Order: sequence, then C-alpha cells, then structure tokens
Amino acid sequence: MFNPLDLIPRIPLGDWIDWFIRWLLFHIGDFTRALAAILRSAIDAFNDGLMAVPPILLILIFSLIAWRMSNRSVALFSFVGLALIYNTQLWGASMETLAMVLLAASLSIIIGIPVGILSARKELVHRIVWPVLDLMQTMPAFVYLIPVVFFFRLGVVPAVMATVIFAMPPVIRLTGLGIQQVPKELVEASEAFGSTEWQKLVKVQMPLALPTIMAGVNQCIMLSLSMVVIAAMIGAGGLGGAVWRAIQRLDIGGGFESGLAVVVVAIVLDRITQRVRKSNSNG
Amino acid sequence: MAKITVENLTKIFGNHPEKALTLMDQGVSKDEILMKTGQAVGIKDVSFEIEEGETFVVMGLSGSGKSTLIRCLNRLIEPTRGKIFVGDNEVTSMNDNELRLFRRNKQAMVFQQFALFPHRNILENTAYGLEIQNADSAEKNERAQKALELVGLKGWETRYPEELSGGMQQRVGLARALAVDPEILLMDEAFSALDPLIRREMQDELLDLQQKMNKTIVFITHDLDEALKIGDRVALMKDGEVVQIDPPELILTNPADEYVAKFVEDVDLAKVLTAEGVMIHPKEVAFPKDGPRIALRKMKDKGISSLFVVNRNRQLQGYVTAEDAAKAAERGEKELTGIIQTDSPRVSPDTTLNELFEVSASASIPIAVIDEEKKLLGIIIRGAILSALSKEAV
Ligand SMILES: Nc1ncnc2c1ncn2[C@@H]1O[C@H](COP(=O)(O)OP(=O)(O)O)[C@@H](O)[C@H]1O
Ligand SMILES: [Mg+2]
Repeated sequence: MFNPLDLIPRIPLGDWIDWFIRWLLFHIGDFTRALAAILRSAIDAFNDGLMAVPPILLILIFSLIAWRMSNRSVALFSFVGLALIYNTQLWGASMETLAMVLLAASLSIIIGIPVGILSARKELVHRIVWPVLDLMQTMPAFVYLIPVVFFFRLGVVPAVMATVIFAMPPVIRLTGLGIQQVPKELVEASEAFGSTEWQKLVKVQMPLALPTIMAGVNQCIMLSLSMVVIAAMIGAGGLGGAVWRAIQRLDIGGGFESGLAVVVVAIVLDRITQRVRKSNSNG
Repeated sequence: MAKITVENLTKIFGNHPEKALTLMDQGVSKDEILMKTGQAVGIKDVSFEIEEGETFVVMGLSGSGKSTLIRCLNRLIEPTRGKIFVGDNEVTSMNDNELRLFRRNKQAMVFQQFALFPHRNILENTAYGLEIQNADSAEKNERAQKALELVGLKGWETRYPEELSGGMQQRVGLARALAVDPEILLMDEAFSALDPLIRREMQDELLDLQQKMNKTIVFITHDLDEALKIGDRVALMKDGEVVQIDPPELILTNPADEYVAKFVEDVDLAKVLTAEGVMIHPKEVAFPKDGPRIALRKMKDKGISSLFVVNRNRQLQGYVTAEDAAKAAERGEKELTGIIQTDSPRVSPDTTLNELFEVSASASIPIAVIDEEKKLLGIIIRGAILSALSKEAV
C-alpha cells in the first residue's frame, strides 16, 4: 500500500549526533583530558581511603551509622550483610563500587542543587531545564555509556561521568520542587522584612525544602548505585564487574553472590540516607 | 504632612498591562477588561493619605483588591502606575537597595495565615527582622524578648509555631512585626483566621497597644464590625476602587453610595454607634455662681426640668432640678452651690449604645457625656438612643 510517509527521505539523526560528538571531541579534547585526570585521582583517593581502613572497623562504623540513623535491626542487618560481603571476598569490589557511588553522587548533588535552586527562581531556567530532565530520565541508562566512552575511553572515569548524568535529575527536580513548594506567605514574610535574596534562600527556602531535597539525594544515591553496576559494561569494575564476569562465564553461584552484595550495599545506603530525610521532616 | 500618601495607584495583573490601562482609562469595567485583554485589574486609580499615628482600615469584599493594595505599599506587589510616598520618600521610585532598607526600617507586616517560619522557634521567629539586619545577637534577643512580652507570650520562646494555638501564633506574628520597631504596621486580615472570641480579644489588644505605641497602622479586613471598631478612618473598596473614606460613624450614617449602604445595612448598630454619635448639645447650662432664680429662668425658657452645672472651664459639676432651685429661691440663697446634685450618670464619648441602654434605663435625667478632663461634651436625652437606632436601621 502507498504510504506517504515513505516519500520523506530518512533523516540521518544518528549521523548528526555522531558528527556533533566528534566535533565536541575535537574542540574540547583538552578539557575532557583534564577532567578525566581530576576524576581519576578523585576516585583513587576515595578508593584508597576506603581500603586504608581495616574492613572490620569499616563494617562497625557502617553498622553504627545505621544504628544512629535507623534502628537496631538495620544495624544488625548491615553488620551481617557487610561481613558476608567480606566473607565472599567481594570486599574490594564493594569498596570500588562505593567509591564510585560516593563520588558520582557527590558530583550530582554539588551540581544538581544549585541548578535546582536556579530553576525554582528563574522561570527561563526552569523552562529549559525541565524538558532536558524529562529527556534524561526517560533515556535508557545504557545510552549514556556511548558518548562518555567517546570522550573518556573505557574504565572508571566514563562510568562516573555517565552515573553523574544519570543520577542528577532527581536532585535537580526535587530541589526545584522543594523550593517552589515553600508556602508563598512565608516567602512574602521573608521579603517583607527586607531579606536579601541570599537570606531568603538560606534562612527560609532551603531549610523548608530540605526534606524534599533529601528525598532527591536518596534517589540520587540509589540511581548512582544502579548505574555504577551497569557501567561495568564499559570497564568500571567493582561489584558490577563481578556480576558482568559471572554472566559471561554463566557462573550462577558467583553471579548470585555479587548480586547479593549489590543488594546489601543498596539497602545500607538507602536506610542511612532515608533516615536523614525523615528526621528533617519531623524537625 | 501625611505619613503615607498614595496617588492614583493602579495594579494590573498580567504581562501586557498597557492595553488594559488604556481601556481602564476609557472607563471600561474590570470584568470587561479581563475578557478583552486577559489582564486582571487588581486596584484602580486609588488615592488617599494616612496621617501619622492613624489607624487606617481598608475594607471590602473578597477580591476587591485589599491585599493587592497593602502589598503595593511595601512593593511586595509592583504597582503598574501611580505613586506612593512615605513621609517625603517616594517608595515607588526606590531601587532594590533602598527598598530593602525601607522594608527593614520603616514598616513591618502581619499576615492573615500568620506566616510563621515552622523551622524556627518562637524567639527566632520574632527576631527574624532583626537577624537579617545583622543586629548584635544580645540586642536582637533582648528586643525580640521585649516584643514577646508585649503580646503576652513570655515563656514561650523555645516552643515552635505548631505547638501554639492560632491566636498565640498571630501574637507571634505581631511580635515579629513590633520587634523591628517599625513606623508603619501593615496588617492584611491579620485577625480573619481567628475564631470570634479570640478575634475580639486581639482587636482589644491592638487598640490597647496602639494607645501606647501610636504607630501608623494600615489594617485590612472584610469585616465591617472590625473595621468600625479599629479604624480611625475606614476606606471601603469595591472592584479595585475606593468608594468611600470616612470615620466609622460617617460610614454608617452617611454611606456614600448604594454599595456602602448595602454593606452597612446589617451591621449591629447598637455595637457600633457610640455616645458621641447620639449626643446633642445641651440647650443651656448653669454656672455655680448663677443664682437660683437665673437657673429657674433658664429652665423655664427652654422648657426643661433640670440643668447641668459647669464651671468656667466647662467641667461638669453636677445638675440642679427646677424643684430644688425654686426652694432655694424661696430661702433667698444667692448661689446654686448648695443644691448641686452629683449623682447623674456620666459616660465617655466612645461608650457604645449597648452600654448606654443600661445607663439610661435607670436615669431620670439626661446622660452627660464628658471627656477625660470632665468637660461636658454633650448630653443624651432619653429616647435619642432608640430613635437613633430605629432611624439608622432602616
Ligand atoms: N497574582 C495575581 N494574578 C492575577 N490576578 C490577581 C492576582 N492577585 C490578585 N488578583 C486579582 O486581583 C483582584 C484583587 O485581589 P486581592 O487584592 O487579593 O483581593 P482581596 O484581598 O480584597 O480579597 C482579584 O480579582 C484577584 O483575582
Ligand atoms: Mg486578601
């Protein structure tokens, strides 16, 4: 049957994107190299730091934090879970993963919160940023891996870059949302007393938006973890690497062990950061 | 000179006020402008002056532009056209920096829903205005503390807003405003969210405070009783326009148009009309040095049976009756001093009619209205109260 749509020649959308990335690569090559070096040393520092602490001490520290932030059973779970990770010889991989998660999440938060604040205060920024966020969040996670590999080759650095992009949207979104949700009368009150924009932000808007922002931070950390695992495909190593190797060898037992380690890390991180959120919404 | 001067103030909500302004100037109605241009007229060509120390009430139905007007005064809402002066300073021409200083030092606002900061305790809330001025910490706390004492909240400093009742929260709102010692208090329906009893209490307290502080107050309300009780003058708004500005009694007795008359119709007149409103000038008075015969003649001339006696400064001494005067005349007394009775009812000019009813029920002679110096301002004859009520209530 005749289909008028067939008359339109195929639009080379993919080629354009390729071309654009190449163009970027050519023009900002020095920049990406410098950025890669910085990220590289940051990850190493995180990793070395985590590995410098004796595992048993670190396990205790995590369990204590879990106790403080949550309750005794979560603390107990953390202790047993982390001990199990050590026992299955996945400690090193877990710390690699944790280092990447911490770095990526920190970067997402450091960039995401100011962007979120800006988008809540400037209509123009909001109108630009929000559709981009929609795009970022609906794009399959794997898609980010391709361009970052282009810029940063294989390894930990592109993994962290992709993770930052993947995990940042909820921070921006919930920061913006949190600030917009501050009751109008409170903002008016702060203005009526002659606050500067900065005073309004730090004395009224940020404290009141904090529970929402922390929800974004929690989501960001969980997304970081999932992305860091996926990023094993581009050589990120860590727990994802262990899972990846098990898949390639059809090693069901090993895959299960690594998967379990991911779950343990996920639950511990989630409970610790969720509690921050709750304690703030109560205060 | 006036403390606050507002000249032809207009606010149009929307991105294209020019067209709406043109239409407005042609006399097109608010609704029609909204339909034709999509721009909402908030307030329309409002002008008035407020004197220093005056309590100026703006009253009108919901949507009549009251909040818009009061927010223009400190430019929380940017006026579309017109000028605002506070003293000699033009608020409408201030840059950001000047405006901030104006907001910090000259005025403070109290909000309908209290607008307390939930993450700050009562003392921190009260000190907010001082804190953002980077006031010295000890002085800041001391002044906030004083303000809290003023509104009767001593001892609640470390509590949080959610722990307080509505009435107490609004006291904090008031304390927060008073703490910066502003010249002007802006109160947008500050008592509207409170239940009636608490509300009346707060009104009384505001009147009390105002006696001590003598600030210039702009008070918004949609409640006529409240307006008449609190206001030195009341401005009535309708559809963004001010339709009448007058003292409370005049608003009641002399409504400028149908709209005001309708508004005033079902007000509880007994609560609002005061002794001042129904008193009349005494037809005649006597002086202590007057002889009984002169007093008798005065009474006979005016056809009355008693006479108030005042001294040279018009301070009330008491009254004499025709009967006593006649006896004194027979005894040949030369002065009234011996027969002056002092048990006559006396009231102040702001006594309400409700209270007058009670007084007049037991009085056999007119009620004397006197000021703080006991000067005789006027008298209220029996029946005047009822007739005033029946006349105004029509
Ligand atoms: N931000 C706004 N945008 C559009 N219209 C507004 C806005 N604020 C108020 N208005 C309109 O202006 C008019 C006056 O509102 P307002 O001043 O809040 O009245 P009031 O305080 O007397 O109830 C109303 O018709 C209202 O719909
Ligand atoms: Mg209002």
